[in-house]
Amino acid sequence: MIGHFLVKGLDRGVAITLLVVLAIGVLIPASNLLLPEGHALHVPTYLLTLFGKYATYATLALALDLVWGYCGILSLGHGAFFALGGYAMGMYLMRQIGSRGVYGNPILPDFMVFLNWKELPWYWHGFDHFGFALVMVVLAPGLLAFVFGWFAFRSRVTGVYLSIITQALTYALLLAFFRNDMGFGGNNGLTDFKDIVGYNVQSAGTRATLFFLSCLLVAVGLLVTSAIVKSKLGKVLIAIRDAESRTRFIGYRVATFKTVVFTVSAMLAGLAGALYVPQVGIINPGEFAPANSIEAVIWVAVGGRGTLVGAIVGAVAVNWGKTWFTGALPELWLFALGGLFVLVTLFLPKGIVGTWSAWTAKRRAARDAAPAAAE
Amino acid sequence: MPFLARRLARLAVLLVALIALPFAGGSASAQDISAPLAKLATDSYADTGAAIAELAASGHPRAAAIVQAIQDGKLEFDAASHAVVIRGAASVVDAATGAAIATPPAGLSPVRVNNRVRTALAAAVGSLTLMSPDPVKRREAADAVFKSRDAATLPILEAAIAKEGDARIRLALQVARAAVILTKPEASDDARVEAAATIKERGDQEAVSLLRSLPEGSAKRVKDAAEAAAKSIETNLALWSSAQNALYGISLGSVLLLAAIGLAITFGVMGIINMAHGEMVMIGAYTTFVVQEVIRAHAPGLFDWSLTIALPLAFLTSGAVGVLIERTVIRWLYGRPLETLLATWGISLILQQSVRSIFGANNREVGAPSFMSGSLDIGHLSITWGRMWIVVFALSVFVGLILILKKTPAGLQMRAVTQNRAMAAAMGIRTPFVDALTFGLGCGIAGIAGVALSQIDNVSPNLGQSYIIDSFMVVVFGGVGNLWGTLVGALTLGVVNKFLEPFAGAVLGKILVLIFIILFIQKRPRGLFALKGRAVES
Repeated sequence: MIGHFLVKGLDRGVAITLLVVLAIGVLIPASNLLLPEGHALHVPTYLLTLFGKYATYATLALALDLVWGYCGILSLGHGAFFALGGYAMGMYLMRQIGSRGVYGNPILPDFMVFLNWKELPWYWHGFDHFGFALVMVVLAPGLLAFVFGWFAFRSRVTGVYLSIITQALTYALLLAFFRNDMGFGGNNGLTDFKDIVGYNVQSAGTRATLFFLSCLLVAVGLLVTSAIVKSKLGKVLIAIRDAESRTRFIGYRVATFKTVVFTVSAMLAGLAGALYVPQVGIINPGEFAPANSIEAVIWVAVGGRGTLVGAIVGAVAVNWGKTWFTGALPELWLFALGGLFVLVTLFLPKGIVGTWSAWTAKRRAARDAAPAAAE
Repeated sequence: MPFLARRLARLAVLLVALIALPFAGGSASAQDISAPLAKLATDSYADTGAAIAELAASGHPRAAAIVQAIQDGKLEFDAASHAVVIRGAASVVDAATGAAIATPPAGLSPVRVNNRVRTALAAAVGSLTLMSPDPVKRREAADAVFKSRDAATLPILEAAIAKEGDARIRLALQVARAAVILTKPEASDDARVEAAATIKERGDQEAVSLLRSLPEGSAKRVKDAAEAAAKSIETNLALWSSAQNALYGISLGSVLLLAAIGLAITFGVMGIINMAHGEMVMIGAYTTFVVQEVIRAHAPGLFDWSLTIALPLAFLTSGAVGVLIERTVIRWLYGRPLETLLATWGISLILQQSVRSIFGANNREVGAPSFMSGSLDIGHLSITWGRMWIVVFALSVFVGLILILKKTPAGLQMRAVTQNRAMAAAMGIRTPFVDALTFGLGCGIAGIAGVALSQIDNVSPNLGQSYIIDSFMVVVFGGVGNLWGTLVGALTLGVVNKFLEPFAGAVLGKILVLIFIILFIQKRPRGLFALKGRAVES
């Protein structure tokens, strides 16, 4: 079935993007590791990490596009799922520090020793196993999304109401994770990581591997989401987006569909967060800030809502712009970002990719029409 | 036995009062203290000590100054003429009258002190403040005795109680006396039981801790009486603290109401998700800052009027920005709420950064006019005047807004357009104009909220951000499209928040409120006061 999908179901845009992402995932680490410094094609390590970060953002954008672009759920709290995945990975990395922390406690992370905690809280148990941490990376955001979605969609909270309470959700989590007695490092979050599955997180090889994995996740995410979108499930989702009541009256259980797609999307976001943390080297409550989640929405809007490739393009383009602006013209960045929000919604409602495909389709139609007219 | 003790105590009070009366009760002429003044001029330690005691008991208005002068070594006398003077920095004044002396006698020498005189001085200072003509000082002195519980002050206290005219200060003095008696193991049990009852009148936490810290070996009766008094105070205090929480809750609720009420118009009535609403509040706050800067520079006398002047200006500034936003951006996005949300979020970023570029990223100081400083105390309740005015202000803005919407032609048109746009247009209402006007009104109200919030919050570019989520919660909780819902929602959330704080802490309390709202929305997706009828469907 998957083979059938790969041959027939992939449209050209998705296929090309898959190839490009995978090529980048192999070539950039190769150039970083194999070519000597100073070589014209050598990619410095800081750029490698930066692009790795973009890749995880692109995955987050994909997850958001799945629910917003195809199911009409504008989540202003997807950053929360991303951060939860990040925290799950961060907890594993904290446990890997072992007795190399400042206080040298083999079990307790430094911040717990500092707060005079005597033993590990129950929810930290098991995070010394990588497998368990990986399960939690998916499970924690998935479970939150499932419970939240179950309640919200069943009682038909839709549209802007849903957007506002997703924002309240991430805001409540932000406040909660700031508290020291939650046991997640409070204000400072989790940092000072040493090892990941036995390899030093700082080493060139680990960074290259993490970068490759991030690109792989983008590719897999793109495959999975486009498979969902192309399937019968995807058709129902689009129907819900365009006419929710009608879909319900036809007999589909709208709440169930929404809950499922919301949960899948949250899991994908959690995976992205898990790859984000070892590359950036820190996770703190700031990741829960409502502003972060809204920024992710604008990535999707810029790239093109409802085009999966667009989510990736938008995430990379906006973040590249952010990196450039905050370096060159820091005081202008918020003007640029704010302007982007306004201009894209007013003049580019389909985003870059959506507008491009509309334009090429029109040209193709004109070209097809021209010979017909000549005959 | 108790009868006898009470009689004795009364007798003692009477006696001391009788001794004190000739000095204290008489007229405050220089004649009364001429005897102790004469003693001061004899240059003998024994006479000086006696003179100080007499001065202290006299309650004469000059007594405190004279005793203070002895303590500072500034009281001087002329051995020949027996004149007693106080040496000031530049001049010499007569000790008895306080009048300046143009040509002081030549042979002045200071009144000398030794340890015995110093002891007399300390006692005199204590009792003089208990007898001071200034009621505030008397009150402070009574509280000081309550804290020190020095048995030596007992006679002076009793004299002061007898003489005191102000009922509240007399109570304070009696409580101080009771505190001394309660903690004095020599006092009779009856006197101490009575003292416990008197201390109950004070009714605060300090009284409780005093009642709970009886000396070892006190009789069971005394202990029981003290414990009963402490319990009664605690019950009373718990009631007061609930009242205080409710008051703080109403204060927080009125802040929420101010922040949300403009949103109740733009989101609740028009259905526009204005994420830049917080920035309208911020613009109002910065308008206040600018107005105060101008007043400080050009007309400092008008400072108390600065908020009054800032109100209309803030309304106009924020309202104008609102109309501009509506005309340039939002009107293209009617019927696309999610896009409106994103576009206005973008606008909020631009406004924040503009303010940061103009005024800098730091907090700006906005002063409070004099009528807003200080606090209002009723019983054990205390609230600052600033907060109190905000409660009043929030309610008047609310009433004003209701009147505008319900009683003016413009309000009628606004309601008509939001209820049925097509029909309103058919009736000849210029709907685009009304849209801009309504949006401007909502933003203008946010602006005047900013004037009030500048008094209790930091005026910084991030001011609005901290209110936006709370404001949306209030409107959604109260029910969209219903101003009364916003009022009830804001006050409920404020009070609930303040009642949760003592148990859960400020942050956890806030989280609990957010979770509560999220769950509440599941149950009643349209809020507390849902609109009924056709308007719901659109």
